Amino acid sequence: MRLPDKRITEEEVVAELRDGITIGIGGWGSRRKPMSLVRAILRSPLKDLTIVSYGGPDVGLLCAAGRVRKVISGFVSLDSIPLEPHFRSARQQGAIEAMDLDEGMLLLGLQAAAWRVPFLPTRAGLGSDIPELMPEIRTVRSPYPGPDGAEGEELIAVPAIQLDVALIHMNRADQAGNGQFLGSDLFMDDWFAMAAEQTFMSCEQIIPTEDFPRYGSFHTQRISRLHVTGVVEAPGGAHFTECPPDYGRDEAFQREYAAAASSPEAWEEFRSRWLDVDSEAAYQQALRAWREEGR
Amino acid sequence: MSSVRHEPTDRAAGEGALDADVTADRVRRADVCVVAIAECFRGDGERLCNPIGTIPMIGGRLARATFEPDLVMTDGFAMFTASVLPPGTDPYRSREGRLEIDSVVEAWNPYPQMFSVLWNGRRHVVMGASQIDCYGNQNLACIGDWRRPKVQLLGFRGAPGNTINHTTSYWIPNHSPKVFVQKVDVVCGVGYDRARTLGPVASRFHEIRRVVTNLAVLDFETPDNRMRLRSVHPGVTVADVVEATGFELVVPDEVPETRLPTAEELRLIREEIDPDNLRHTEVPG
Repeated sequence: MRLPDKRITEEEVVAELRDGITIGIGGWGSRRKPMSLVRAILRSPLKDLTIVSYGGPDVGLLCAAGRVRKVISGFVSLDSIPLEPHFRSARQQGAIEAMDLDEGMLLLGLQAAAWRVPFLPTRAGLGSDIPELMPEIRTVRSPYPGPDGAEGEELIAVPAIQLDVALIHMNRADQAGNGQFLGSDLFMDDWFAMAAEQTFMSCEQIIPTEDFPRYGSFHTQRISRLHVTGVVEAPGGAHFTECPPDYGRDEAFQREYAAAASSPEAWEEFRSRWLDVDSEAAYQQALRAWREEGR
Repeated sequence: MSSVRHEPTDRAAGEGALDADVTADRVRRADVCVVAIAECFRGDGERLCNPIGTIPMIGGRLARATFEPDLVMTDGFAMFTASVLPPGTDPYRSREGRLEIDSVVEAWNPYPQMFSVLWNGRRHVVMGASQIDCYGNQNLACIGDWRRPKVQLLGFRGAPGNTINHTTSYWIPNHSPKVFVQKVDVVCGVGYDRARTLGPVASRFHEIRRVVTNLAVLDFETPDNRMRLRSVHPGVTVADVVEATGFELVVPDEVPETRLPTAEELRLIREEIDPDNLRHTEVPG
């Protein structure tokens, strides 16, 4: 059994990206985010990005660093800190465009892109301000009679949210790009992967394909190499978001990150310490030193 | 004991003699709010009970433990669970590289599946609201013009899809004119006037059942579905509620008091569902 070898580094992933592209980021809030890939973007000069995400610190960091033109999301939250302070200030300063969807509408947009149809119909969004505030969201009339036998129902037509690139983080993967999640929720990572032209998947550990059953049942093997362009081995790569069962959220670090939104000086200090480093390895090294200090 | 017993008690609320303990002076406001939330689920039968927030979670669990034993409960993460830990306890932990869960799982319901459940309709959610108007239009997205918000809040989250697909109630721990407004800045959750404009077909699954606050219980059981004062909590006057509401409430001639917990309900709340008393941190007094 010979499988392709798609192993690459964070830097090689970033070399595939261009200014102005649309990047979907998996995970949910401050949970299992591909943070090592986000950090690599922050070390590059990439800008004018459209970010599609059930947003957490991925969105906040990219906004704070001025890399974002537009955010398409159902929410942006740090979970234990409900409001993402960096995203908030970007929105309140008018620094970014937003497309603020119902969480389920965002799923349908990814599914439409994955299935290569222009839209998917739903009741979600009807009667809310979404269609009025976001004119790119249109409605569609069902060609079938309504439940009362009269004309077809009018529904929201969620447009396909086509991604240039998706970034996701798994607990385990093989070198060919098959991924395994070991937490309680895959979130929408499979849909992100299928909605994108190219998907880059980081993982806690690359293992031989035959070892997946050692970590979880076959039900956990939900990402296929069909939809994965490159695999990055990134232990601690979801830090400071949670990645159970490998590790929980680093709440102390997340508080530091949130506090960095309090002033430009605080952000500069955070940036120089945690983002202006040479590599992901240097970040993880700095993290170990920070934890030593704390003891 | 950390788990909740779910034997059906088959006892009508309020029935039976009250303990000496269950008098208005011993029952605290948060206990009344918990019972008022539980009452939102009365009659729901086998439906997903999905209250979001501390007092809503306690209230939902109380309904399940007493008069609505068939309710399906979530752990707030990815599981439907037959037993639950007290609010604020994380049921998941890692052991030898595996995820374990300290509750009895009925079904796995990760986020993608949750949207199927809610579009399917067998769900009653209790959400919060940063603003709500007299028809139950709710805002939790932002304050000010959405295009450039004065204050960015949560975003739309699931509010549009929830309200148009299944029953919704609201929990508002700070009843004030800042929350109960003439006009919400952004409509996330759909209210009755909007539902009516959509027509009977589009709005056939829409129901805003109750609004429970730290002062009162409100509903929309009026001819034009304007918000009505259903009951005031013990110690609160009708005038208090009217003053704390930024629009004209429908106030019936007789406004009853929100019912007190029964002795058994109080025992369940204190000993089994919320032994750490988190409810009093959300509603003091």
